[in-house]
Amino acid sequence: MNDKEFNDKDYELQVRRNPQSLLEEYPRKGTNIQSTHYCAGCGHGILHKLIAECMDELGIQERCVMISPVGCSVYAYFYFNCGNFQTAHGRAPAVATGISRAEDNAIVMSYQGDGDLASIGLNETLQAANRGEKIAVFFVNNTVYGMTGGQMAPTTLIGEKTVTCQTGRDPDYAGHPTHMCELINTLKAPVFIERVSLANPLKIRLAKYAIKQALTVQKEGKGYSFVEVLSPCPTNLKQDVVSAQKFIEEQMEKEFPVKNFRNNLYTKQPVQRPASDFSTESLDKIFNVTRDGDSGYVDDEINPVSIKVSGFGGQGVLSAGLTIAQAACAEGKHVSWYPSYGPEQRGGKSNCSVVISNETIGTPVVDDIDILIALNKPSLEQFSQDVKEGGTILYDAHIGEFETDRDVKVIAMPCVDIAEEHGNARTANTALLGALTELGDVLKRESYENAIREMFASKPKVIDVNIDVLHAGAEWIKNNS
Amino acid sequence: MSNQMVKGNTAVVIGAMYAGCDCFFGYPITPASEILHEASKYFPMVGRNFVQAESEEASINMVYGASGTGHRVMTSSSGPGISLMQEGFTFLAGAELPAVIVDIMRAGPGLGNIGPEQGDYNQVVKGGGHGNYKNIVLAPNSVQEMCDLTMKAFELADKWRNPVVVLADGTLGQMAEPLVFPEKAIEPKNDKDWAVKGNAETMDNLITSIFNDFNDLEDFNFKLQEKYAKIDEEEVIVDEYQVDDAEIILVSYGISSRIARSAVDKSREKGLKVGLLRPITLNPFPVDRIKELSDKGVSFISVEMSNGQLLADVQFAALKKEDTYLVNRMGGNLIELKHVLAKIYEIAGLDEEIDTSKRSDEKASPNIID
Repeated sequence: MNDKEFNDKDYELQVRRNPQSLLEEYPRKGTNIQSTHYCAGCGHGILHKLIAECMDELGIQERCVMISPVGCSVYAYFYFNCGNFQTAHGRAPAVATGISRAEDNAIVMSYQGDGDLASIGLNETLQAANRGEKIAVFFVNNTVYGMTGGQMAPTTLIGEKTVTCQTGRDPDYAGHPTHMCELINTLKAPVFIERVSLANPLKIRLAKYAIKQALTVQKEGKGYSFVEVLSPCPTNLKQDVVSAQKFIEEQMEKEFPVKNFRNNLYTKQPVQRPASDFSTESLDKIFNVTRDGDSGYVDDEINPVSIKVSGFGGQGVLSAGLTIAQAACAEGKHVSWYPSYGPEQRGGKSNCSVVISNETIGTPVVDDIDILIALNKPSLEQFSQDVKEGGTILYDAHIGEFETDRDVKVIAMPCVDIAEEHGNARTANTALLGALTELGDVLKRESYENAIREMFASKPKVIDVNIDVLHAGAEWIKNNS
Repeated sequence: MSNQMVKGNTAVVIGAMYAGCDCFFGYPITPASEILHEASKYFPMVGRNFVQAESEEASINMVYGASGTGHRVMTSSSGPGISLMQEGFTFLAGAELPAVIVDIMRAGPGLGNIGPEQGDYNQVVKGGGHGNYKNIVLAPNSVQEMCDLTMKAFELADKWRNPVVVLADGTLGQMAEPLVFPEKAIEPKNDKDWAVKGNAETMDNLITSIFNDFNDLEDFNFKLQEKYAKIDEEEVIVDEYQVDDAEIILVSYGISSRIARSAVDKSREKGLKVGLLRPITLNPFPVDRIKELSDKGVSFISVEMSNGQLLADVQFAALKKEDTYLVNRMGGNLIELKHVLAKIYEIAGLDEEIDTSKRSDEKASPNIID
């Protein structure tokens, strides 16, 4: 080789040039923008370069989004020449999920260390893997927390000394090393899982091959890929080059076998996700919005009415209230429906307040009741005191005698009998609603009928029965009051 | 009429979808779960994204990721879940990412119970996570506003590149009222030049909250404060009812303000000059208006379902502690009209006894439908 050849610029570029997917200089770093922030002998630099080479070779650089975690690789965004995110500690797989779901074409990479991925972010890691998110996770396992100063990691080996296990990791006190590939391999969704090592040049070449496969899974949109990289941390483990290499090969690789755990790249079909539809038309369709009718409120002069429907849970109390509210809504009234339950919660007392007005409604909770509909004795006794002077109490006659000396109209209605006669006992609440249509002049009977049709739209069989019972209830009250 | 009877929690999803929200991430929690249910039903119907996250920490970070791509995104939860999300809030604020978070408050502290409360006020309005940031906070008090303010939240989030919280409670989530649907759906353009979308145009962009240089971070913090000052100037929304001649002003938001409104009507029937000032934006808070009223010498009553968290802001804005009062309930109990009236009558010197000793045993429903 003569001097001329050696000084040839192209030749020099070919040797020293970074892959295009790594930046030439690192302006985001601020100072010393030509060198990385990593320590001498660290594995991150090698892994960065391998990933970037694969991005180049697969022609995916523009589509790539790299996620920097918290840990030594917190500044991965200094180096990768693609879209970058920096995230909270351990949350990279969740962030990756968000990116991937929002931008289906993006190739999302999550780059994490052992503390970030296997400790604080273990949940996010396993869950994203289990959902089969379209992300590639690069997991740097160097058995130690780097950035924070060499603490014990989930992957620290038994007997290995760190600043938080100074006499060596004792499994009785600090548990055993966490095997991430093995854990992830228990899940069905992941497409590609492999553990590689950066211990020597041959292993680095094999590592690159695995990385390329993992990114090919992404390029083809097939799902989740995971590459665990056994990597040196000479600074925190106080090793020189030789002992670092020895540590990886003789200790780490023994605890963490270097192998492919799964490769479904060639069999897995791409995960298809539809495009989002933002049209008014589509939304109107799913929410049954009709644009031809008027919306808003009708300004009829009406006296506000407060109705309380009460009984046991299961008596149709809340749905009866909703039917009233639905009817009022259809007439363009202001109306509120507010459900409550007694202290028993389940199977206990249940009631709802319905307020109908021609103007904005204040409290949706009814304290002064105009009309009380009571389906059981406890609620009749409890709420009858809250009925206004001049108000009405309508109750199921089966409850028995009820008297009050206040100026309140009390109607005992055989609603269960009426319901049984015209349909079944479960429509007793509808019989009471029928009575309500005749009691006040607030709402039209046809509004109730429409409301019943709407309420039972999914159970068309019961619509006619309920409407019959509604009419029967109305008839009864006409003849009996 | 084409109004529909809709529950508050459903109205949130309707508002979000008409606002062009593309992604919903959430985790179940009573009383906010219905939002999750409805989102899981409706989002996929139009090809939009729904993910049930593994935790609230995950959902807020999914929001972070999806928001960073420039799409409109949201999550919802309740007190305990919002507490877990605080890390995400501060990262969103630090990275200046727009996001909408709906908090259907329940009673605390701790697991508390699932009844309605307003005890999340401080953690949501004051920040909650670490660092010098604030959320924009909107407080609906009707089903219509659950929809409309959710839409507004997306607009403000994009405009200010800041998380926006819709702060409601279990009662508003459960109650049903007529909803006038949004006139039309917004089709988001996603022309945000800071977003990272995984394409050639956005390759140089970075979503981060890191500023290694102390001076840079200080500058960023000052810049944030300038942004908040502008928000204070431009975005205050307040609803006033019978305030002009009022001598006693109730300050209240959310479901409490509905009861407060009834208390105004009842008091006016007795000839008392009572009004309601309802902050719709809790941050920015209507500081100037309260000060103006304070200078006129009115008495303030904070009507809230928390331990004076709102009262403290009223006193701060009014620049006085005297002649400011608190009517509150906690523990999942709804404010009762009689408690508000009793305080008004007391301040007005009205000789009318109201028995407030008995506590109602009625509870606002969480999720039951018979």
